Amino acid sequence: MLAVEQTIQADPVPPPQRDLAASLQGASVRFGRFTALEDITLDIDCGAFYTILGPSGCGKSTLLRLVSDLIPAASGDVSIFGKTTEQARLAREFAFVFQDATLLPWRSALKNVELPLEIGRSRGIDIPAGNRSPRELLELVGLKGREDAMPHELSGGMRQRVAIARALVCQPKLLLMDEPFGALDEMTRDRLNLQLLDIWRETGTTILFVTHSIAEAVFLGEKVVMLRAHPGRLREVVDIDLPAPRTIKQRDSQEFNRYCGYLRDLLETC
Amino acid sequence: MAVVEEIPNVADDVEAQEVAAARKEKITAIGVPLGTALGLLLLWEAGVTLFGVPTYIAPAPSDVAVAFVEKFPILMQNFWPTLFESVAGFAVGNIAAILIAVAFVHSRHVERAFFPIAVFINTIPILAIAPILVLIFGPGITAKVVIAALICFFPTLVNMVRGLQSVSDQALELARILSASRSEVFWKMRLPSSLPFLFSALKISATTSVIGAIVGEWVGADLGLGALIIESTFNFNSPLLYATVFMSSGLSVAMFAAVSIAERLVVRW
Repeated sequence: MLAVEQTIQADPVPPPQRDLAASLQGASVRFGRFTALEDITLDIDCGAFYTILGPSGCGKSTLLRLVSDLIPAASGDVSIFGKTTEQARLAREFAFVFQDATLLPWRSALKNVELPLEIGRSRGIDIPAGNRSPRELLELVGLKGREDAMPHELSGGMRQRVAIARALVCQPKLLLMDEPFGALDEMTRDRLNLQLLDIWRETGTTILFVTHSIAEAVFLGEKVVMLRAHPGRLREVVDIDLPAPRTIKQRDSQEFNRYCGYLRDLLETC
Repeated sequence: MAVVEEIPNVADDVEAQEVAAARKEKITAIGVPLGTALGLLLLWEAGVTLFGVPTYIAPAPSDVAVAFVEKFPILMQNFWPTLFESVAGFAVGNIAAILIAVAFVHSRHVERAFFPIAVFINTIPILAIAPILVLIFGPGITAKVVIAALICFFPTLVNMVRGLQSVSDQALELARILSASRSEVFWKMRLPSSLPFLFSALKISATTSVIGAIVGEWVGADLGLGALIIESTFNFNSPLLYATVFMSSGLSVAMFAAVSIAERLVVRW
């Protein structure tokens, strides 16, 4: 509060702005004649946890791929921390966690986490090394002692945790996650959800998390971005006003179920 | 205290049983094929003696063994050139195949232009092309190396192209997000993921390179296992012929084993 007042006093002309991690202004994505996303206008607040929900084929993954510069916008604007997506990619402002852990099978867990630090080094690209070493990151995701394990020796949940550690190694300000726990069993998924919330609090990174599970979206997200299909459009951004830190117990609460019910109704009309 | 002592005892017993079972399994795994081979050799020996088959038509295993020991210096003298031709052909053919596979993966135009030619060369029977190559390169060692290389080339080319393309779409997306260059994608992703495919091909060419060298020697050579096969056939020296055949297959097995060991050291995932 004090800081805000000071800035206003120092320079009273511009209105106090929200810090934005990402901003989409009327962005559309087309694959040939097929429109995957149409006219998406969405501001992503810095440090917040967003979950993205929607019927299948609504372009949830496309939205992440648009933000991460994997696919270009056909029209409209996408900026990340005020930069273009390409500039942000080159500066390693964001990291991506895929549904499949996508570990290189010939590298140990530690070597996989170190991969982002190796790529680009020979070309003299300035790689932002995080304040945590790869070893510390493996400890953060609960894999201390498994540094030398090969991916085939790890369970699905462990592999995904290695992938998360790898994503964090350049200390990204924005973490994009595309159904990272979709292929895991429910118990593992619950545990990783809690772990992810811990990591989010500890690193202060902004998270965009795609899921097809309503409960997961409500449990993790401060805001749920609901998309509709054919073509993919923004339906509604729902604030989830549940007390933090979130606990598994909250899932039985009336409020939690009220949010789930609301989102389910919304999904049906999408 | 007693309980504490009992538990490891039980565990030891179970472990000992498992070790014994594993050992028994191993003995059967080696013993059964070995016993079968020995049985067949005995049957062969008995058959030849019983029916009085002349040695020049089918020598008894004991005759072959005698020839092997008596003619060992000659066999070794002919073994070394064939070994050299096989190994050199193996190296040349596979290196060429790997380099061309890399070019194919990096340029679709190169693949379109040269893949049909590679298929065409592969369809020419090696026995038909061997005399042509001996005419071109002369009766020396070069023609044999080229024939051995040619026979290695195609399986490695096809497997290596598949291996280099076996990187998953998500891994390529990861590379893109990390702004990896083409050479980084190649060295850190494509090449390592191609290694299991490459070794499958190398195992095939380890044995076929020996065949290539021997076929080359058939067409025209004074030294080498292929030349010895021709010579002993013309002289009706069947025991030496059989000994040479065993020597040739021994060479193939040794090359195959060397590639298998290399694979186990390199591909550890």
